[in-house]
Amino acid sequence: MACKAEVEESFHTVTPVGTVLGSGRGRTADQVAGSVLATCAMVSFLAVAAIVLYMVQKGAPAILEVGWKEILFGRVWDPVGTPPRFGILYIVLTSLVGTCLAVLLGSSVGVLTAVFLAELAREPWAGIVRTAVELLAGIPSVVYGLLGIYLLNPLMYRLERKVFAGSDRHQFTGGANLLCAVLVLAVMILPTVISVTETAIRSVGQELRAASLALGASRMQTIFRQILPAARSGVATGVVLGVGRALGESMAVMLVAGNCVNVPLPFCSVRFLTTAIVSEMGYAQGTHRGVLFAIGLVLFGFITLINGVVLGILKKGASKFG
Amino acid sequence: MGKGTLYRKRLRTVEVFASAAIYGASSLAVFLLLGILCYVFWKGWGILDPVFLTSVTSALKQTVGIGGNMVNTLYIVVLTLLVVMPVGVGAAVYLNEYAGHSKGRFLVEGAIEILAGVPSVVFGLFGMTFFGSVLHMGYSLLNGAMTLSCMVLPLVVQNTQEALRAVPQEYRAGALGVGASRWHMIRTVLLPAARPGIATGMILAVGRIAGESAALLFTAGSGRFLPRLDQGLPGNVWELLGKVKSSGGTIAVELYLQMQNGRYDVAFGAACVLLVLVLAIQVLLGAVGKGAGS
Repeated sequence: MACKAEVEESFHTVTPVGTVLGSGRGRTADQVAGSVLATCAMVSFLAVAAIVLYMVQKGAPAILEVGWKEILFGRVWDPVGTPPRFGILYIVLTSLVGTCLAVLLGSSVGVLTAVFLAELAREPWAGIVRTAVELLAGIPSVVYGLLGIYLLNPLMYRLERKVFAGSDRHQFTGGANLLCAVLVLAVMILPTVISVTETAIRSVGQELRAASLALGASRMQTIFRQILPAARSGVATGVVLGVGRALGESMAVMLVAGNCVNVPLPFCSVRFLTTAIVSEMGYAQGTHRGVLFAIGLVLFGFITLINGVVLGILKKGASKFG
Repeated sequence: MGKGTLYRKRLRTVEVFASAAIYGASSLAVFLLLGILCYVFWKGWGILDPVFLTSVTSALKQTVGIGGNMVNTLYIVVLTLLVVMPVGVGAAVYLNEYAGHSKGRFLVEGAIEILAGVPSVVFGLFGMTFFGSVLHMGYSLLNGAMTLSCMVLPLVVQNTQEALRAVPQEYRAGALGVGASRWHMIRTVLLPAARPGIATGMILAVGRIAGESAALLFTAGSGRFLPRLDQGLPGNVWELLGKVKSSGGTIAVELYLQMQNGRYDVAFGAACVLLVLVLAIQVLLGAVGKGAGS
């Protein structure tokens, strides 16, 4: 790595010689190009800065007005009532619970599939599974939402009627509940988990595999006791990226989950952080609008936290193996 | 002896379960995909006809169609690519070829990582306030394209960077050694060599744009009109150019709205069109990958 850096450095010092040999016009073009390219690079930095700035600018007044404790820990979400209440505790909890369940489900299936692709699969099966995963990654989230609401909700309603048969306290949701959303999200994070985990498993050294097999361990023992533990930082990265994907998803779970602010129980209609924004942004005014931006900020905070965790894992992995 | 065989037997059951889980999980992905494709096409095939694909839903003419949305999708894709490709490729070239190991590079790459993780709803909020209110674009195709440019920028930058990293150092040394200026070297040697990677980034971006709905709902809106092309040549050109300032929903947005209204037949028709797009994109990616490999 250090060697490569040195080589790169040397090219940067070589360049002026090149321009001396070249014409004066070439040098001006070079300078102009350099500054134009630098501006391009600045754009992405400015975009992030602008996003944070505008979210804070729009959200901060509402947070100050309502009070962050009331927003984060209030249990009543009634933005158009008198007086309006802006408690998003249940919404935050729904996002956390829903994401955790979806990731548990999705990443266990995903890691097993990655094991298959990296360790066991022969052609043409590997190709078929890999293409399927790539296509799943490309399917738009609204299509997942459509299938969820059209296929999954009626099934879930049947289950709901069976589970709560004779109960007069349960509010029936027609199948649009947290479980449905979890299933849809689990499918949606599969491709992310699979591709990152497969790369991680492939990067485990062949020696480890050979040594384990030579000592008499079976294929499965080698996979589960040696290879997966050795690839754990990569697996963890895949899982955490899956968390990010599930947390940020909105359109697929919007209608599937029923979109009522509720305690995150499996058979309750619930509202996620993302869907809270989408469902009310169209008509929200004043403080209500500000609070929606505050929800966006909370979401942004979670995502940044997750990015930090990924970075931490990668750094730790690099320092251990690099 | 008895203990040994028992031990062996227990182990074997665990092994069988483990392999069953692995094979089950991987076939799940295939079955999911096949199930989704078959179901959507089965449900949506009936409504797909020329009228559905070229007309606009109108109570007056008794037509149901997503023609306007298809035109809007095309607008958004083209506009977004026009903005994001130069900026994204430029940024990647700067990061790889100019920035060295400076603090600026660290900052910009960090920003791109963050940008890649931002949920699309947040992009929607940002687009609505910044492009919509501050820059007075309102609900328009232009606003949607600018918002999506921010969203797909990381895809383009990261793929281009990867492609540039794969270009051998000898190419750079050779070009600089025979006296090319750095910009000349980038223009004539690096960018052509990195073309497949750049194309991959672009195709992935198109896929992401076509499927996006949350970021577009509050930026590009949901208009579904076709441009009126009956005003002579200059009029038509102005009409086509002026359309970027009007609101327009893409196919994915229309799918969502129809689903919300309970028009599942139209929604499945739109889903069919989207899935055909996804398949086409996958085929294109495969072709580009093969081209890069040879």
